[in-house]
Amino acid sequence: MLSHLKALEAESIHIIREVAAEFERPVMLYSIGKDSSVMVRLAQKAFYPATIPFPLLHVDTTFKFREMIEFRDRFACEIGARLIVHTNRAAIAEGANPFTLGTRKCCSLLKTRALLDALQEGGFDAAFGGARRDEEKSRAKERVYSFRDAFGQWDPKNQRPELWNLFNSRVNQGESIRVFPLSNWTELDVWRYIDEEDIPVVPLYFAKPRAMVVRGESLIPVEHDVPLLPGEQPQMVMCRMRSLGCTPCTGAIRSEADTVPKIIEEMLRFRRSERENRVIDHDQEGSMEIKKREGYF
Amino acid sequence: MELLRFSTAGSVDDGKSTLIGRLLHDSGGAYEDQIAAVKKASRNGMDFSLLTDGLRAEREQGITIDVAYRYFSTPRRKFIIADTPGHEQYTRNMATGASTADLAVVLVDARHGVLQQSRRHAYIAWLLGIPRIVVAVNKMDLVDYRREIFDSVRAEFDSFSAQLGAVKPYYIPLSALCGDNVVNPSAHMPWYDGKSLLRYLEEAPVADGASAGPLRFPVQYVIRPDQDFRGYAGQVASGVARPGEEVLILPSGRTSRVKSVVTWDGNLQAAAPPMSVTVCLEDEIDISRGDMLVSAVEPPHAARRLEATVVWMAAKPLAPGRGYILKHTTRQVRATVRAIRHRVDMDNLAHHPAGELRLNDIGAVTIETHHALFFDPYLQNRATGSFILIDPLTSETAGAGMIAGPCADDCHTGPVTGDERVARYGHPGLAIWLDGSLQTARTLERKLFDLGCAVCVFDGEAETVTSAASAARDAGLIAVCVATDNIPPDLSPGRLVHLKDHEALHIDLEKLLEANSRSFIGGDGI
Ligand SMILES: Nc1nc2c(ncn2[C@@H]2O[C@H](COP(=O)(O)OP(=O)(O)O)[C@@H](O)[C@H]2O)c(=O)[nH]1
Repeated sequence: MLSHLKALEAESIHIIREVAAEFERPVMLYSIGKDSSVMVRLAQKAFYPATIPFPLLHVDTTFKFREMIEFRDRFACEIGARLIVHTNRAAIAEGANPFTLGTRKCCSLLKTRALLDALQEGGFDAAFGGARRDEEKSRAKERVYSFRDAFGQWDPKNQRPELWNLFNSRVNQGESIRVFPLSNWTELDVWRYIDEEDIPVVPLYFAKPRAMVVRGESLIPVEHDVPLLPGEQPQMVMCRMRSLGCTPCTGAIRSEADTVPKIIEEMLRFRRSERENRVIDHDQEGSMEIKKREGYF
Repeated sequence: MELLRFSTAGSVDDGKSTLIGRLLHDSGGAYEDQIAAVKKASRNGMDFSLLTDGLRAEREQGITIDVAYRYFSTPRRKFIIADTPGHEQYTRNMATGASTADLAVVLVDARHGVLQQSRRHAYIAWLLGIPRIVVAVNKMDLVDYRREIFDSVRAEFDSFSAQLGAVKPYYIPLSALCGDNVVNPSAHMPWYDGKSLLRYLEEAPVADGASAGPLRFPVQYVIRPDQDFRGYAGQVASGVARPGEEVLILPSGRTSRVKSVVTWDGNLQAAAPPMSVTVCLEDEIDISRGDMLVSAVEPPHAARRLEATVVWMAAKPLAPGRGYILKHTTRQVRATVRAIRHRVDMDNLAHHPAGELRLNDIGAVTIETHHALFFDPYLQNRATGSFILIDPLTSETAGAGMIAGPCADDCHTGPVTGDERVARYGHPGLAIWLDGSLQTARTLERKLFDLGCAVCVFDGEAETVTSAASAARDAGLIAVCVATDNIPPDLSPGRLVHLKDHEALHIDLEKLLEANSRSFIGGDGI
């Protein structure tokens, strides 16, 4: 009897192959995080012994952790994948940044707008994303194929019922889809798969002493000259990142887990929603919902 | 750890959200911060339904409700719940949730017993081929945990599922609110010695029947990194792919042997459902997406005309004659719904004639596809027995189909045979050389035509008449030949009759058709 990870793997590989077979120009969004690292490994498996027949795309807000960028470039060339990096240069030039703009506006410029432009430029009609349904309640009903209009926007009314493993890949003029091969995976499944397959992940996930600004309950990474409140001093804190976003929006958590098995064990003990300390979701009730309607993942 | 997918169905307020919330909470599935948030929000004590209230909140806002997928796991198993609303308007969502389920949990409120709705939920679970059904008799705390109430629900439900011909459900008396028999056994129902719901979910065998069936391997993608590797990638639908095994390739009909079963983690000695692998064959055969590698011993049906049950999912109704795109395994073909046999009344399973099928209707139809499909009846093989219908204009997924079998009458594939022609025209092919005028030939044609024959006249030089007439005869038609140059057509014997002008006017069809290259020159004609 197949283990649950092998069953999930088989389903995800099936989805990736269906999209590669039925869409003109797919692209796989690679956000360097743990989920997309698993997704890239599944793509490698889907087409082995050939290489992945579509490019990876990283939407770089320029506010990522330095370690993420180094890891990204090394990983992409190691697996021989074509990597496209896209940044919303115009917005950056006009000074868009998370500190002053607030997460909602900053994300819509540096993530959503950048993503839509990149998809437009590349003429991509299917974009793989590592989003999972159990990350957040409003995603419980998200399809595996998420249909987007010409502006990349999501409308609940024109999503399609998905039965068996039969996916309707017909798109109308100008439409495209976002595809979520990890829909049925949980965070625990992802880490267990990383452990079993020893998939390389950004070291930020592992605990070590890091310079942090302690602000109430949150630990804010000292990078990209984060503005300090009066009297605040960076401190060395034994901590790690639960999920990777832009540095100002990703809180660290105090932890001793410096290996994947320890991370898994901590999660079983901890069971705190990974979304809880990613600031993106707290800005506004249902902010993920709003962002999806605007075309974000 | 194994993976079990189950669907849940229940009418409004039967306690489904509470039950799922309780399962998530007691099994440690719900995240702690969500539990803390819910504690704050629940008025008195823990309102478990708030953990999964996504559906209820949306019900109030009338948003199109869908299938919500929830996840939890125990040390033994990972579970995927397809939570579907119970309202009858949402048949399409229930069918969607049920389509991938290994097991269905049907909720019944102990106070109300088996309602129309519960029958509908059980019917859809059976229709979608869910191998195992659990009937959760909820709110036992509101009926003082009385055994006879549970027994009466079971008796009523048993008779209904017997009527369906479905497997006998497993019954569990529980209280989602108080937690009796959900995760932990109940202290209030000593008379019940069965399993708690969670224990049953942990121990129910996961559908592994698929690997026992004959090999069905739909080709998804051809992998050719260079000249020396050619592999067919796909997910094993049923049976087991093994190196050395003979396979039949459809549609080409050629056979070959599996050379290797390739994966990133090394070559395998066997690949069973639902594994995604890449199969290499010993022979260089032109195979592409949409083809299927199957057991040479037990091939699937191959037909263009099918009988199927369809769940209609689009606002625009299904009407006979309308064309759709049909997706089956990895094939997309054009298809036309030839007839609607009947619509199913889901309250009493009666069949009603129907001119069309509307949103959320279920009906039996005859479908004709442009190219043959290679399929097994759905109840034998959900992967090769299922299809979706796509509206060619709006691209929406308009319907979901479950194949019953090839359509009963004239269902053949491959070239048309002589017998099929005789059955169709009511007579064998025949060539009549008429030693007479074109006028007589036309009269004879009219006579035979009115007798129901498929007949045509060929006149011209012997040579042209010969080739046309022999082709027509082979096609099962009656060819009346008149040679202008009066040279008899050079037709091979067999099914050839030579008539004089006068004879042609009073022929006896029976005798004519019995004729077998005998000439009929004689007083009585034929
Ligand atoms: N007494 C009792 N009430 C229950 C039980 N399960 C659910 N309820 C209540 O029934 C109502 C409907 O429950 P809910 O889970 O929202 O039903 P749903 O519409 O099927 O999701 C709520 O007030 C629940 O507290 C039960 O086992 N016993």
